[in-house]
Amino acid sequence: MTTRTGNHEDSMSTATPTRAPHGGVPSGHTPAEDRVGAGLFDPRQLLRSLPDAFRKLDPRVMVKSPVMFVVLVGSVLTTAFSFTDPGDWFGWAISAWLWLTVIFANLAEAVAEGRGKAQADTLRKAKTDTVARRLVRDGSEERIPGTGLTIGDLVVCEAGDVIPGDGDVVEGVASVDESAITGESAPVIRESGGDRSAVTGGTKVLSDRIVIRITTKPGETFIDRMINLVEGAARQKTPNEIALNILLASLTIVFLLACATLPAFAGYAGSHLTMVVLVALLVCLIPTTIGALLSAIGIAGMDRLVQRNVLAMSGRAVEAAGDVSTLLLDKTGTITLGNRQAAEFVPVRGTTEAEVADAAQLSSLADETPEGRSVVVLAKEAYGLRERHQGELVGAEWVEFTAQTRMSGVDVDKRKIRKGAAGSVVAWVRERGGTVAEDADRIAQRISAAGGTPLLVAVDDADGARVLGVIHLKDVVKEGMRERFDELRRMGIKTVMITGDNPLTAKAIAEEAGVDDFLAEATPEDKMALIKREQAGGKLVAMTGDGTNDAPALAQADVGVAMNTGTSAAKEAGNMVDLDSNPTKLIEIVEIGKQLLITRGALTTFSIANDVAKYFAIIPALFAAVYPGLDKLNIMQLSSPDSAILSAVVFNALIIIALVPLALRGVRYRPMSADRMLRRNLGIYGLGGLIAPFVGIKIIDILISLIPGIG
Amino acid sequence: MGPVLAGVLQLLALIGALALAYVPLGNYLARVYSSEKHLRVEKWIYQGIGANPDTEMRWTAYLRGVLAFSAAGVLFLYLLQRLQGSLPGSLGFSSIEPAQAFDTAASFVTNTNWQSYAGEQAMGHVVQTAGLAVQNFVSAAVGIAVAVALVRGFARSRTGELGNFWADLVRGTVRVLVPVAAVAAVVLVACGAIQNFSGIHEVGQFMGGSQQWNGGAVASQEAIKELGTNGGGYFNANSAHPFENPTPFTNLFEIFLILVIPLALTRAFGVMVGSVKQGYAILATMVTIWVGFVALLMWTEFAHHGPALQASGGAMEGKETRFGVGASALFGVSTTLTSTGAVDSFHSSFTGLGGGITMLGMMLGEIAPGGVGSGLYGMLIMAIIAVFIAGLMVGRTPEYLGKKIGSREIKLAACYILVTPALVLIFTAASVALPTPPNSMLNSGAHGFSEVLYAFTSASNNNGSAFAGLNANTDWYNTTTGLAMLLGRFVPMVFVLALAGSLAGQRPVPATAGTLRTEKPLFTGLLVGAILIITGLTYFPALALGPLAEGLA
Repeated sequence: MTTRTGNHEDSMSTATPTRAPHGGVPSGHTPAEDRVGAGLFDPRQLLRSLPDAFRKLDPRVMVKSPVMFVVLVGSVLTTAFSFTDPGDWFGWAISAWLWLTVIFANLAEAVAEGRGKAQADTLRKAKTDTVARRLVRDGSEERIPGTGLTIGDLVVCEAGDVIPGDGDVVEGVASVDESAITGESAPVIRESGGDRSAVTGGTKVLSDRIVIRITTKPGETFIDRMINLVEGAARQKTPNEIALNILLASLTIVFLLACATLPAFAGYAGSHLTMVVLVALLVCLIPTTIGALLSAIGIAGMDRLVQRNVLAMSGRAVEAAGDVSTLLLDKTGTITLGNRQAAEFVPVRGTTEAEVADAAQLSSLADETPEGRSVVVLAKEAYGLRERHQGELVGAEWVEFTAQTRMSGVDVDKRKIRKGAAGSVVAWVRERGGTVAEDADRIAQRISAAGGTPLLVAVDDADGARVLGVIHLKDVVKEGMRERFDELRRMGIKTVMITGDNPLTAKAIAEEAGVDDFLAEATPEDKMALIKREQAGGKLVAMTGDGTNDAPALAQADVGVAMNTGTSAAKEAGNMVDLDSNPTKLIEIVEIGKQLLITRGALTTFSIANDVAKYFAIIPALFAAVYPGLDKLNIMQLSSPDSAILSAVVFNALIIIALVPLALRGVRYRPMSADRMLRRNLGIYGLGGLIAPFVGIKIIDILISLIPGIG
Repeated sequence: MGPVLAGVLQLLALIGALALAYVPLGNYLARVYSSEKHLRVEKWIYQGIGANPDTEMRWTAYLRGVLAFSAAGVLFLYLLQRLQGSLPGSLGFSSIEPAQAFDTAASFVTNTNWQSYAGEQAMGHVVQTAGLAVQNFVSAAVGIAVAVALVRGFARSRTGELGNFWADLVRGTVRVLVPVAAVAAVVLVACGAIQNFSGIHEVGQFMGGSQQWNGGAVASQEAIKELGTNGGGYFNANSAHPFENPTPFTNLFEIFLILVIPLALTRAFGVMVGSVKQGYAILATMVTIWVGFVALLMWTEFAHHGPALQASGGAMEGKETRFGVGASALFGVSTTLTSTGAVDSFHSSFTGLGGGITMLGMMLGEIAPGGVGSGLYGMLIMAIIAVFIAGLMVGRTPEYLGKKIGSREIKLAACYILVTPALVLIFTAASVALPTPPNSMLNSGAHGFSEVLYAFTSASNNNGSAFAGLNANTDWYNTTTGLAMLLGRFVPMVFVLALAGSLAGQRPVPATAGTLRTEKPLFTGLLVGAILIITGLTYFPALALGPLAEGLA
């Protein structure tokens, strides 16, 4: 594979991703074509996929696409007919171009599939036949091939072992290298119990020992499903694709009727139509362009998701993504940066900001949580307080932050400093007989009301125990989110922020980020109820989730994206898995879904609009001899009847190849209202489709007329 | 005043009158089909036929009603004609031959009114009034009923129920067609159309010799003939006959009657689906095509070359001097775009391209504005197809009026649009390729082909007008046109009702900024384009060998 097209393979196969994870930071300002699109087309892929294109000539395969099947039958007929009149160059030329039309269609599909094949190969490497160390009832181990495992088996994995199958850790904790699947080189921790217990077959244990209960049959593991997905083996036609196929089939029947009855009409007019001419006319009229590219469009759509490290378990979900009208977004990690950050220090009466900053920094040195780090950083940046290190202060006794105490601090020079959650610090001060300044409570409430989190800073020294001030911790909304949500609104998509925060905090953040609505103090049940309420109104809902308690909601949502870091229950329940575990990607998934549908519609419109010109080429060519007036329809002034028909057939074949890149890349998509989008696409593909063949056929005709002995 | 200006002024007067009637009639139609109450006379009818008008029907039950009622209609009409010889009040006409009786029965029950007979020489008072005139009312009511069922499919959600066929049939007849037709008949009588039960008169001619005139309940039949987009004339000359259409005013009035219900149904549609704008969009599509066709036909007929034709102000052959080129073009387009099939001039005598325009009008599927009911449902099917293609281009799976267009819906719509092209093309091909049928053609060459193509286009689309020239009273034509009319009417209805059932069962999708706006001019333009391109592509080769070959020569 070449460097340009191989970007996704790189990320999938090697331990070091060569590509920055897409959407790690919302790319609100990047050009639209960067967001969806990508995957430039390399002409050499066509050559490489040629053998596959020939293999697809099997009628049993072709019959799945009614339009191209008709072309195949037509090719066979004209070729057979040409044998009866071997001296006729026209028959052979038409036959050749009809075969090319079929081959081009197969090529489009083969190229689309080819992009997944390389990926599948690297995945297969990860799936090497592993040996499983199965625990037998008496506690001893036996070594069996990984393919021999059944659900419920317990297997042991130690450092260096490849995990033989999907399962849950039931004993122990280990660091696991999941780069084979996610492309992310940093190891992850997997441990028994909780939301981090799922392991995937094919990943590698780097340290320690774990016991895994196998939850999936060999051959149906996550990696197997991934291989099937990227290869397109598991590809089923999606509902909209089926519907479009029906419409195309019916148009094919209409044109079949028009062509089948034509010999009778022509015979009455005193003209004889050969089989070759009739088949040529038929192939030009039936919607071959979209018929040829339809399945490639579908495969490429799935592939675009894979390139973004998203696995869609069904094509149906990708289509549904285009229809989504409500997005449920988790606040943390999606709308805001994962952690709150210190934004200001507010002193109580009688102290100064600098005092608070100093005490806050000292007391936070022993707090390794991101919030704690941000206090140290703010003190340094805003108040010029050099960051001191724990070793610098002699005789200091550090109090680490724990989830139980919810405080951190330091005891130095008979001074005790503490910083932490309001309740804990107040209790600490009272315990020591100190007082809590009445304005401390007021400040804390003001911060809460503004959507922040107050942390109290207190000291116990010669002056007694007292609260010095308040640290304002703030949720930081990711850059560019407001623009992103505005775009979504223009696309008709409502965003709902989901958060465990209280309504006050939630409201403040929701306003800052610009989401349409929020769900505060959300429990899994609330989420579920919200989804059902939206769906009852006929809306399609998309959400992300990772925990086991998200599973019911993921299953209920029309598009449920499970994070790869999540539990296997969540991954089972969702219909997509994001290997990067980046919830912001939901927005891109919606765009890819829309782009897939737009590409289909655009090429269908183009295909139908093309027919007008072809009639103007072929009808005068066929009948001007008997009805000279019909030559007035030859507005392209094509050089001869044979050349006119051949030019139409050649154009019809070449346009397929010309549009393969578009089918694979997808129509350029920018978020805009439906009206503007329709106007734009109708202009390009409707009007363009009407005009392009007039130009194209004329050019081909000129070229053909230059060939000596023809025309 | 020149003939062109006269034509344009008539067109404007017509549009003005239709615009005045649009809202009140549309609202009235919506009320009729939504009301819970029954009139006393309706209750008597329900008791008489043993129907309960308050039971809701699923699409299959609704379809059974349509088919059973229509089958009974065909049988009754067939027997009536076969027994005419022994019935009183038949002016001495004998019974109709089986093939022609079948053809005529099929013709009037399907709202086609194709006539392979000359009315004044074959049908007596009883068949005309008790048979043909009755079907003029009820076949129109059936068409509206099916359209209303489809509209309910869009308007309702999460139910499979489409209303009650018997109630829709009876209401359409009693509350809409009969009262409006009665008023219209009075107007026509006042303007000189005849209304009597007199016998045959022998009348001397100016140039010597004599001819026979018979009387009849002409004005009443004329009113429903136009109002119900039927088109079967009392006389062979149809609306060119002075007893049917005496003056330029009645001519314009008849065109008004032809168009008024099909157009107003778009308003009823808008009201019933809860968005009159959606109705306007459909109306705009219909009117755009209709005005475009009128302009084209006026152009071909006024601009005809040749000194004699130029001297007379256009192609006057086959047109009444009472009406002139403009009014004839207006009538010709209105009758072929509505499945009416009444004529006040002879389409065969139009210029080659002009004849082609009347044919293309029918080929569009009678949807601009189409037959009563059938025009609306045909147009909605095309809207579904257009939405399906265009809807994808806005990045959503297609939906129309909040209903998803999935594979079941598109399958039914696709089947619908396959039926008439199949009938037209196959029957036409057989009629020119088989040894005997071509004997019916009056002309040879492209014009002869047009005669045949026109006949099957007219029959399959339930129009009923004839190109003239073709002798359709043969076993072949009586049988094939009869079949084309029955299949062209009822097979699409099966798909329409199945579609209605499928839509009614859906949960509606709320519109957002990402939804395709089907009430906007852009969509109307798209729909017009889709209709012209899809139909044009289907029939282009056939049209090329008939009217185009003749018109471009």
